[in-house]
Amino acid sequence: MKRIHYSLLEGRVGYYAALAILGAIAGAGLLAAWYMEHHGHVVTGMTNQIVWGTPHVFAVFLIVAASGVLNVASIGTVFERKPYKPLGRLSALMAVAVLAGGLMVLVLDLGRPDRLIVAMTKYNFKSIFAWNIYLYNGFFAVVLLYLYTQMSSKFQVRSYYKAAGTLAFVWRLILTTGTGSIFGWLVARQGYDLAIYAPMFIALSFSFGLAMFLLVTISLYRSVERPLGHGLVNRMGRLLGVFVLAAFYFVAVAHLTNLYAAEHQGVERFILFGGNVYTFLFWVGFVLLGTVVPFALVFSQSARTSYKPVVVASLLTVIGGLSLIYVIIIGGQAYPLVLFPGKEVSSSFFDGVVNPYAPSFPEIVLGVAGFATAILITVFATKVLPLMPVSLADEDVDPHLVQKSGEVVEMKKAA
Amino acid sequence: MSGQTPDTRVDEARREFLRNAATASVLTLAPGVTLMTAGVSEAQAKVDPGKRWGMLIDTTKCTSGCDKCVAACKAENGWRAEEGSPTDPQWIRKVDVKDPKTGFAMSLPVMCQHCTNPPCVDVCPTGASMQRADGIVLVNRHICIGCRYCMMACPYKARSFAHEEVPENEKVPWAPRGQGCVEACTMCVHRVDAGGIPACAEACDKGAIVFGDLNDSASEISKRLAQFPSYQIRADLGCDPGVRYARLP
Repeated sequence: MKRIHYSLLEGRVGYYAALAILGAIAGAGLLAAWYMEHHGHVVTGMTNQIVWGTPHVFAVFLIVAASGVLNVASIGTVFERKPYKPLGRLSALMAVAVLAGGLMVLVLDLGRPDRLIVAMTKYNFKSIFAWNIYLYNGFFAVVLLYLYTQMSSKFQVRSYYKAAGTLAFVWRLILTTGTGSIFGWLVARQGYDLAIYAPMFIALSFSFGLAMFLLVTISLYRSVERPLGHGLVNRMGRLLGVFVLAAFYFVAVAHLTNLYAAEHQGVERFILFGGNVYTFLFWVGFVLLGTVVPFALVFSQSARTSYKPVVVASLLTVIGGLSLIYVIIIGGQAYPLVLFPGKEVSSSFFDGVVNPYAPSFPEIVLGVAGFATAILITVFATKVLPLMPVSLADEDVDPHLVQKSGEVVEMKKAA
Repeated sequence: MSGQTPDTRVDEARREFLRNAATASVLTLAPGVTLMTAGVSEAQAKVDPGKRWGMLIDTTKCTSGCDKCVAACKAENGWRAEEGSPTDPQWIRKVDVKDPKTGFAMSLPVMCQHCTNPPCVDVCPTGASMQRADGIVLVNRHICIGCRYCMMACPYKARSFAHEEVPENEKVPWAPRGQGCVEACTMCVHRVDAGGIPACAEACDKGAIVFGDLNDSASEISKRLAQFPSYQIRADLGCDPGVRYARLP
């Protein structure tokens, strides 16, 4: 393998234009948050029935994706896969950026965002939410340390590279377990209360994160016209296909488990066969667009010679992922809380009725701002830190990715 | 050595300034600290860990359409809910329950059930959701960050989020409310601590709400519970609510 050289992102006009656009979106998100904070949540679509709304969909997606973004680095460091090693720096930095974007959305949606200091100083250790605050902060520290061991010029520091990478990998598994458990441990609600949510969220993080990483990496390399091998993109695309399938497996088992128990059949009927927005988002958004199509695309013949199928598959994985998280978070609350199983109930507080929810404009802006912030941090970082390998051409990354004729080698394994 | 005198003078001036500043700080802060300390200890002193406050709701006496308990709670704690508003708070509500198979129907009030094992307290990241030693579950409005995780976790839909600013003239000192925080039935803790009973129990002219100490076998609530069957809503969850119902559908 050739020695990998890293350099700062090129470009001036394009770079500043990208920064300006992303900054404007992030700024709009801050304005939206200020508007919601100033007037109260009454100006959002959220109610006392749908207490977590669109900001949470974006925040949870990004937080879950963040740990998945780090997988690219982990595959190189922990599992010693050669083609992934050059991407370790960008992967680690982007993981931190995506987590920051997600947390920004989460924190700005609090009823009292001004009390963030309280959340940082007062802990109820029985709360998985409190544990997550530690896990998020720890993720920043561990992944930045990992990045430092990758980038340091000192041999002594670099010798801890594998140890730091392994720690980061274990940490991210625990972190996503924590995020999944936020929902999995909600014993009272029909749509949650599933232990499988923890591993399911880990599987989802693999696909969400890799999709986001592919989109950003391909965009960056194409925009500055640095070499990017089809073999490498194809290989990562195929891995995305495996991750998408793994995520689908866990989602399927979660629903089958609920379908088997008579007490949960109501919520399953509502989500899977209710003919509502959640049914559409599940079948069309997650299953068709987020699973079947990406899987077919990344294993298609054209994915060997073109970036396009992998880019479209990644984009669809993100859309499918957002759809699924929407179904989990909003759909889970839209289905009425069951106080009296098997009985018909009515009250002035909307007992027994399907709770309507329509995302408001500020909520969507805040959510999208999370994405913008994540990409903004990543793009800015590539300009000030040597994170991007000068060349990701197949012959520079791993000669096994190219045949003598220049065609992509048939991959026996996806990773 | 000639420079020592001015230096010493500067030091003295500095010392004097610091002394005065420190005195001023103590004089300014101390009463507040003392008050706060007194306030906390005063509230804590009223909590008797030997007690377990609870309610028995005799649903055979509760009628559909009667909402005196709800009206009393509103008046006592300074909240209001416009009909059909999905964002207004409801600390207590009347729920009409019907068995579709038998046609049997009943009406009952549902509020915070003051669980022995409250999921809202478990999930609260800051500890704002708390349980007093006497079983009353409250929200500490000083450290509630408005994350609404407790609302996700509550099996009884007992909690509300203040979606907008609470008008000053509607606030009452014993039930602080504020935009961006979560709120719920306090079991009228201010009345209970003063030896009284919750406003809902007092307002029910049918005597359907009995309040008392579940740990005291001589209390009316304990006697009734010992005599007649009673139930907890979603008892299967194991939260062991302090609010019991004499009959459930």
